[in-house]
Amino acid sequence: MLEIKNLHARIAEDETEILRGVDLTVNAGEVHAIMGPNGSGKSTLSYVLAGKDDYEITEGEVLFNGENMLDMDPDERAAAGMFLAFQYPIEIPGVATMEFLKTAMNAQRKARGEDVLSIPDFMKRVKAAASHLNVSMDMLKRPLNVGFSGGEKKRAEILQMSLLEPKLCVLDETDSGLDIDALRVVSDGVNKLRSPERAMVVITHYQRLLDHIVPDVVHVLSKGKIVKTGDKDLALDLEKHGYAEYIDTAA
Amino acid sequence: MPAVQETIEQVKAIDVDQYKYGFVTDIESEKGAKGLSEETVRFLSAKKNEPQWMTDWRLDALRRFQQMDEPDWARVSYPKIDFDDLYYWAAPKSVEGPKSLDEVDPELLATYAKLGIPLAEQEILAGVEPKNRVAVDAVFDSVSVVTTFKEELKKAGVIFCSISEAVREYPDLVKKYLGSVVPITDNYYATLNSAVFSDGSFVYIPEGVRCPMELSTYFRINEQNTGQFERTLIIAEKGSYVSYLEGCTAPQRDENQLHAAVVELVALDDAEIKYSTVQNWYPGDKDGKGGIYNFVTKRGDCRGKNSKISWTQVETGSAITWKYPSCILRGENSRGEFYSIAVSNGHQQIDSGTKMIHLGKNTSSRVISKGISAGKSENTYRGLISAHRKASNARNFTQCDSLLIGQDCGAHTVPYIESKNASAQFEHEATTSKISDDQMFYCLQRGLSEEEAVALIVNGFVKDVIQQLPMEFAVEAQKLISISLEGSVG
Ligand SMILES: Nc1ncnc2c1ncn2[C@@H]1O[C@H](COP(=O)(O)OP(=O)(O)OP(=O)(O)O)[C@@H](O)[C@H]1O
Ligand SMILES: [Mg+2]
Repeated sequence: MLEIKNLHARIAEDETEILRGVDLTVNAGEVHAIMGPNGSGKSTLSYVLAGKDDYEITEGEVLFNGENMLDMDPDERAAAGMFLAFQYPIEIPGVATMEFLKTAMNAQRKARGEDVLSIPDFMKRVKAAASHLNVSMDMLKRPLNVGFSGGEKKRAEILQMSLLEPKLCVLDETDSGLDIDALRVVSDGVNKLRSPERAMVVITHYQRLLDHIVPDVVHVLSKGKIVKTGDKDLALDLEKHGYAEYIDTAA
Repeated sequence: MPAVQETIEQVKAIDVDQYKYGFVTDIESEKGAKGLSEETVRFLSAKKNEPQWMTDWRLDALRRFQQMDEPDWARVSYPKIDFDDLYYWAAPKSVEGPKSLDEVDPELLATYAKLGIPLAEQEILAGVEPKNRVAVDAVFDSVSVVTTFKEELKKAGVIFCSISEAVREYPDLVKKYLGSVVPITDNYYATLNSAVFSDGSFVYIPEGVRCPMELSTYFRINEQNTGQFERTLIIAEKGSYVSYLEGCTAPQRDENQLHAAVVELVALDDAEIKYSTVQNWYPGDKDGKGGIYNFVTKRGDCRGKNSKISWTQVETGSAITWKYPSCILRGENSRGEFYSIAVSNGHQQIDSGTKMIHLGKNTSSRVISKGISAGKSENTYRGLISAHRKASNARNFTQCDSLLIGQDCGAHTVPYIESKNASAQFEHEATTSKISDDQMFYCLQRGLSEEEAVALIVNGFVKDVIQQLPMEFAVEAQKLISISLEGSVG
């Protein structure tokens, strides 16, 4: 589903290289976890996949279902099924969450040549998804992310993800800011979306998320490169011993 | 709000690089002589078959105008206007006073059809229930070409006609109220207007009558080098109610054109006037060439107790906007409201706001202003809230928000507050925000296009004011705002 080959990316503004040859293949149905020290480039990788124009690709390619994803605009990538749950979700003042959800769902449907949702159909979907994630109707009336607590923002991200039904989900530290109960609710929401047709990349620092969302493959990203790949036990190992061993390998 | 979706649909359906209303109607027209002089005024007055008192009133204004200087306190800059290089009278040849619909020149009817203005009485605005009929006074350059639903309104006792007709047919009302809210010498442009005003609407709602339909005037400038000087007078007698809407467009031309209007509203005891404007004069091209200079004096007098006047404006057009719809809160318990959305893009300059003058006891006012600046435009809110000695318990709430799109535009807020009564309570809140790159990226990541993202955020920003517009115009206004902001990002 997703093939990243020798991807190099730098900050457009000052040309600092952040990604230095990332190779990663994620097949449909798989969940990959990416771990790694602060500042190693995890969020940058997620932004580059989503098409943020703060970054320039200097080398390499990204294929999404065989298509060159780097040629697509961010909204085209979204319509093609790429979803990013942000590490820091952005506030959209004045726009009710419900309104935002409807606009986003219909924008993607139109881009794919599908009919827009009828209001009752839309409401039915939102109500179902919101109740699974313990998101109240009151919250859906508030402007998106404005004044939401850290945990509410993360739940709102996963709510959007479940309604947009993407093919590729990239979750950037979705566990941060969640209390223990919310972590379970959100993880259940994510697990519900696991399917043979869908791939997931889960960026996290902590095993506790991977206890709930059990990954097929775990990668360590350090200084803009994947330095170690293993199965779910790699995460347990990291939890015990830290990154030192793998970072040395990279150096 | 489904209107947001509709906005997006409509924006997409329209060729957005073009000012949609920029076409010129090819119609034979008659112009007066160029230049501002006693002769011009006499010619104009004669053209309208005005009584002597009206001619004298105009001449008085002209003499005073000639002794006045152009004000320079607004945050707008433009080359000096040469009043002797303008025409003050232009009218389609086929029009000799307002006629019935089937006598109107088909070319003119076609123009209004193209503008989407329903002139036929059986016709209705798209998507509007038949019960929400709108009576229209259509003003083309210097004359009113037709006023619809006149007879039906007359049955309710409502007078709705062109101001020219009112001067001839209802001289007592006009004499009593014209210039009573905006005096001849009020300000430079109002004085000019008093001398040379061409046409506009006259509305009289008798005591206790709730006007049975929405009234509206549609102003169109067509002729080149011709100023348009509209004059509108609305009188709401005791316990009456009227909702009135004004719209305006002009062809796309390289030269700047002058529009200097005066609007006077009078609300007597327990009366209410709701005045809405959707202003979409040609704003000039992307390099700032051409566009309308819009210098407007609009003022409402809450003359009676418990009266209410509310101004709602959506300003998207004009190269220069200089406009401060105001309320004089004279009657006890009277209330003034000002809801404004001012959108500037390209090289547009807007200096707009309101004045709430609290004179009577227990008067209250509310001001909600939303300024959106994009491109290289400058957008200033200028507002005065004042309480006079006798205005005990005066209340005002002002909320003034600016939204910036891009790096090269400016937003400014200039509030003046004067209180001569210790019991007055004035509250002022102001915010400035920007559509950030992060917000845009977030929306794009969810599948919205840039246009959809801007429309969504802007619609969220203006929704408090949009809700104040008569329902049938709210969608129209949203569409207009989105079109005006086309090309402001990316
Ligand atoms: N737009 C930017 N401008 C300047 N520096 C940037 C930008 N984006 C990323 N960086 C820098 O690139 C490096 C990688 O950042 P990134 O956010 O990808 O790290 P991360 O692995 O997600 O870290 P964390 O675990 O703390 O979230 C950091 O040093 C960061 O400061
Ligand atoms: Mg990060």
